[in-house]
Order: sequence, then structure tokens, then C-alpha cells
Amino acid sequence: MPFIVRRLVFYLVAAWVALTINFFIPRAIPGNAVQNVMAKFPNLQPSAYKALEALLGVGHPGSLWSQYVSYLDEIFHFNFGTDVSQYPASVSSLLVQTLPWTITLVGVATVIAFLIGTALGIVAGWRHGGSLDRVLPGLMFLQAIPYFFFALILVELLAIKTQVFPSGQGYADGLIPGWHWDFISSALYHSVLPALTIVLTSIAGWMLQMRNVMITTTGEDYVIAAQAKGLPNRRVIYTYAARNALLPQLQGFGLAVGFVVSGAIVMEIVFGYPGIGLLLLNAVTSKDYPLMQAIFLVITFAVLLANLVVDMIIVVADPRARRREATS
Amino acid sequence: MTAVLPISAEPAAIPREEARPGRWRRMPAKAKVGAILLGLFVLAGIIGPLVAPYDPSFQNPSPALSLHGPYGAHLLGTTQSGQDVLSQLLVGIRLTLELAFIVGLVATVLAVIVGVTAAFLGGVWDEVLSLLTNVVLVIPALPLLIVLLGYFQTKGQTATILVLSLLSWPWGARVVRAQTLAIRNRDFIAAARETGEKTWRIIAWEIVPNEVSLIAASFVNTVLYAIGASVALAFIGVTNLNSWSLGTILYWAESQQALQLGAWWWFIPPGLAVALIGTGLVLLNTGIDELGNPRLRDAASASRIAGRWLPPANPTPVLGDVSQRRGRLAGFLHSFSRSSLLDETEGGRAR
Repeated sequence: MPFIVRRLVFYLVAAWVALTINFFIPRAIPGNAVQNVMAKFPNLQPSAYKALEALLGVGHPGSLWSQYVSYLDEIFHFNFGTDVSQYPASVSSLLVQTLPWTITLVGVATVIAFLIGTALGIVAGWRHGGSLDRVLPGLMFLQAIPYFFFALILVELLAIKTQVFPSGQGYADGLIPGWHWDFISSALYHSVLPALTIVLTSIAGWMLQMRNVMITTTGEDYVIAAQAKGLPNRRVIYTYAARNALLPQLQGFGLAVGFVVSGAIVMEIVFGYPGIGLLLLNAVTSKDYPLMQAIFLVITFAVLLANLVVDMIIVVADPRARRREATS
Repeated sequence: MTAVLPISAEPAAIPREEARPGRWRRMPAKAKVGAILLGLFVLAGIIGPLVAPYDPSFQNPSPALSLHGPYGAHLLGTTQSGQDVLSQLLVGIRLTLELAFIVGLVATVLAVIVGVTAAFLGGVWDEVLSLLTNVVLVIPALPLLIVLLGYFQTKGQTATILVLSLLSWPWGARVVRAQTLAIRNRDFIAAARETGEKTWRIIAWEIVPNEVSLIAASFVNTVLYAIGASVALAFIGVTNLNSWSLGTILYWAESQQALQLGAWWWFIPPGLAVALIGTGLVLLNTGIDELGNPRLRDAASASRIAGRWLPPANPTPVLGDVSQRRGRLAGFLHSFSRSSLLDETEGGRAR
């Protein structure tokens, strides 16, 4: 079995675990969730009540096993039920509306942060003890600031005090989302501050990690040998040291995706950005359980998918992985 | 390469331990700054509620004291409802640190148990535990936390602590497992086994003490994570909002539009406190790293030869004995992990 297929199996297992956790959460929490929802939304139809019961497992229609099977069946058909707070919108349609916003913003910003951070890390690791090392504590401070706090400060400085950027939302009022330039430029303009937040707060982490791996790699015999051969520094840095130091960095990237997404959720709330994080907060505050659970699942799947992509990149970038592909 | 050394076996790696002055001086500057910074906040957390000038929840009815800037009687000004910000901060630091340290402790204990067990038992057990670790690692924690806390009717501190601890152990477990694998086959462990030591005694007295610096680093990381997560959770309002923590101060400040009203004294101090605690922890951790891996140290330990800074020669500890033997089932399970890539040729040839 090729490496990538094995990884796929691993992610399927992880997805199954997430599904199962998701199944058991409402059933393990004391108190009747459906009653809570019904009390809050008295205008729900009896059919919605039935659907809620099936999804949240209250009222116990059938054995636990049959509930589980029907739950998995619903999920496989992307049927996350009817939303209760924005009845009768289906949960899936709400997800489809918000997901592209988050994926575009978080994806692009994270990749930018990763690239800049890694590049800085290469230089800092090579010029170990140089001027870049001196700004490290400052970058660590930047990293230690909570995402949302940083976002709020940025809004205060760049959107309220000096009105360079809009202070929130995904696009200007009155625009209809679509593939026309007015909307796209407005969306881009509105995404600058959120993206800046992600980039500035996460650069330090990538840089520090790359620097440390780079320092260790620079001491390896093959790097010293390359220098001894008289190869130009540029070649030694990028072809010999950085290329090898990049692999742990990529693995770290896979693991950090979940963390970045988590931070982005809170950040979206600050900016009122129309993504999935804001939707999650609204779901939690209005006790909209089906929506809450669906969002958790979708975010988890997105993170797993991102990890799979990272694995593919590793296979392409790492000769050892390709070799294993061939032999096993 | 000379010897396969474990990461800094000496207990000097725990920076806040009362160390001899010589040890303190030998600590990297970063760790010192971090320890001092963190120490200040821990002190504030211990004596804070005792020296707080007012009851943090007391709402002064005097209209003059609504959103009053810092002055003599209220050193950090007042909130919109006339509460004293400094008192809130002093009480809040304790609650935030308390939560973070408990989470750090519980998660680190879990990490050590899982990591050591996995590496020590080896084989199928190792692979099953590693699989569990990797799965928990890859599931994004904050959304799960929000969903879980959304279900709880009574949002006490305990719920947050419990959920955070259960979700934050895998990082530590991975590191501890790798280090235990590296130590497991060394002579002194074999000697202990030959003398008839029981397994748990070997683990408790031979293995764990050799991983103190790693465990300390993992603890510091978890505390950092717990602070960030708990503050974020409080900020979006899914935890108990009736008690004062740094996150709840920020929540009330945000929901009552402190920034828009220009009340920086209400908003900046709690955020700055979180950032400074975080910086202290990161610096401390970098310091611990440098203790274990001298190559990462600054120019102080690198020597300048022919115009280039040369780091000290190869003291890097070798983590993880990757070419260990695996049974068929264990090997099969292992092949699904990302780290199976690093087995390189040995694994490939065996096939």
C-alpha cells in the first residue's frame, strides 16, 4: 500500500472518531437538549421535533446502535438536519454559505505566514546569532498576544482611529455576492485586516521552528562537506540545508493547521467576518445544537483534509517518501 | 558521533526550582527573563486577591466613576459600571493562572503516562497508544471545546479544566514517547532490570527523572496553550462569566464597547497581561530547549572562526530509536503514521 493510501486510512479513522464523539456528546450530557431547544423556539413544527430527537438522541428512538447507524447514514448524505434558530433553513445550506469565506481567508493567510516565517527561519538559522536572532523576543511577544486581542487592537488602530480599512464584515453593505469585480475587490479589501492578524501572530512560530531545525541541520556533516567543496553559500543554504530542514517544518505545518483554524474562529468573531467561526458562536449562543455539531464536524474534516494535502506535499518533496512509495 | 546522550539529565532544567547561584548564572538569558516575568505574575496571582483595593464586582453608583481614567484612587481606572479595573485584574490573574496550571499538571501527567507506557511496552500497545495520540492531536480542539461547553448548562471552571486537560496531552505524549524510546535500551535500564527492579520502579526512578527537562517543557507548553484557550473561550462568552478571569474582563470590556469608548485602561491591561504571561512562558521554554540543546544558544556559545559563527560541535541528542523491531501487527499499525516516513531504508529493506 502506498504511503498516501495508508495516511488516507488514518484520516478516515480520525474522521470516524470525530463522528463518534459527535454522536455521543449530546447523549452524554445530562438534561434534555431537545426540550431546551423547543422551549427556546416555540414555533417549531412537530416534524422538526422528530428530526431533532433523532439527531440528538433524546427520547431514545430505538437502540443506541440503530441510532448510531441512522446517524452515520444521515451524515453520509450530508444531511445535518434542519436548523432551529434560522428555521426552516437546512444546516447544510448555512455551511455552504459560510465555509468558502473561512477556507479562503484562513488558507491564504496561513500559507503566507508559513512561507514568510520559513524564509525568515532559514536566514535566522543560517546567520545564527545574527541580527534576526535579536528580534526573536519581540516576535515571541507578538505570538503570545491572543489572536482576538491583536485583532481588536488592529481594528482600533487601522479601522477606527485612522479609517484605512473597514472594521468588520466580509464585504460592503448593499453588494450582492457573485463573480463581479465590485464584490471581489470589496471582499479582498475587507479581508486585509483579518489576514494580517493571522499572518502577524503566527509568523513567529514558523520562524522559530525553522530556525531551530536549520541550526541543527547546518551542523550536519553533509552541509559541512558541501561548504568544504567550495559550493556557493546560496547553494549550500537552499539545496543542502534548507531542503532537509523543511521536512520537519512541513510535518509541523500539518499539526498546526488545527491550531490556526481554532484561532481563526475567534478572530472571525471579532471582525464579524461571515465565516464558519461566527456561525459557530451564533449557534452556541442560541443553543442551536444541530448547527453546533455540524460545524464541529465540518471544521474537523477540513483540518483532516489539509493534513492529507500536507502529506501529499511531503511525498512530493521528500525522496525518502517516494522511495518508500516504490518499495512498499 | 560520541555517545547517545539523553537531553540534559540534570534537574537544573527546571528553572523555577531554587537553584544554586551558579546554576542561575549558567541559565540562558532568555530563560532568566522568562522566569522573572512569569514569577511576577505568579506573585500577583498569589497575593493579588489579598491586596486588591476593591471588590472587583462592586459597582460604584457614582456617575463620576463610570469609565473614569486612571487616577490616584483607581490606578487603572474604572469600568462603565464603576468597577475597579486593577482589582479585577489582580483577582483575574489568579483564576487564569490557577486554571492553566491545573490543566498543565493534569495534561502533563496524562502525557507522561501515555508516552512512557507506549514506549516501554512497545509493540502493539505502542502503536495503539500512538494512534490514539495522533487522532486526538489532529482533531481541532477549540471547536470541540466550544461545542462541549455549549452543551453544559452550568458552565463552571471544572468543566473547562476537564475538557482542556483531556484535549491537550498528545503533544507531550509524543515527545515523552520519543525520549523514552531513546533511553529504554540504555545500559542503566538494563542494569536495573537485571537487578530485579519492578517495571513501575524502573519507570518512576530511572526513566522519568531522565526526562525532567522534556516534561518541564511540555508542562510549560500546555500551560501556555491552556491560557490561550481559556481566555479565548471566556472572551467569546462560553465559560462562566460570573467569576473574574483575564478572559471575562476582556469579554465585558468588549461587550460594553470599551475600545470604541476609548477606555484603553479597561481593555489594554488584561490583554497585555495575557501577552506578557505568554511571552514569559515562551522565553522559559526556549531557555529549557537551549539547556538541552546547546547548539540553539546565542552567539555567546558560538565561536567566531574565520569570520563565521560556528556553533558548538554536535551535542544534539538523538531522539527516538527509529529502527526498533516491530511485530507484524505493530508494524502494520505503524505504517499508517506519518513518522513511518522517517524509518527510511531499514523498513524498506525489511519488506
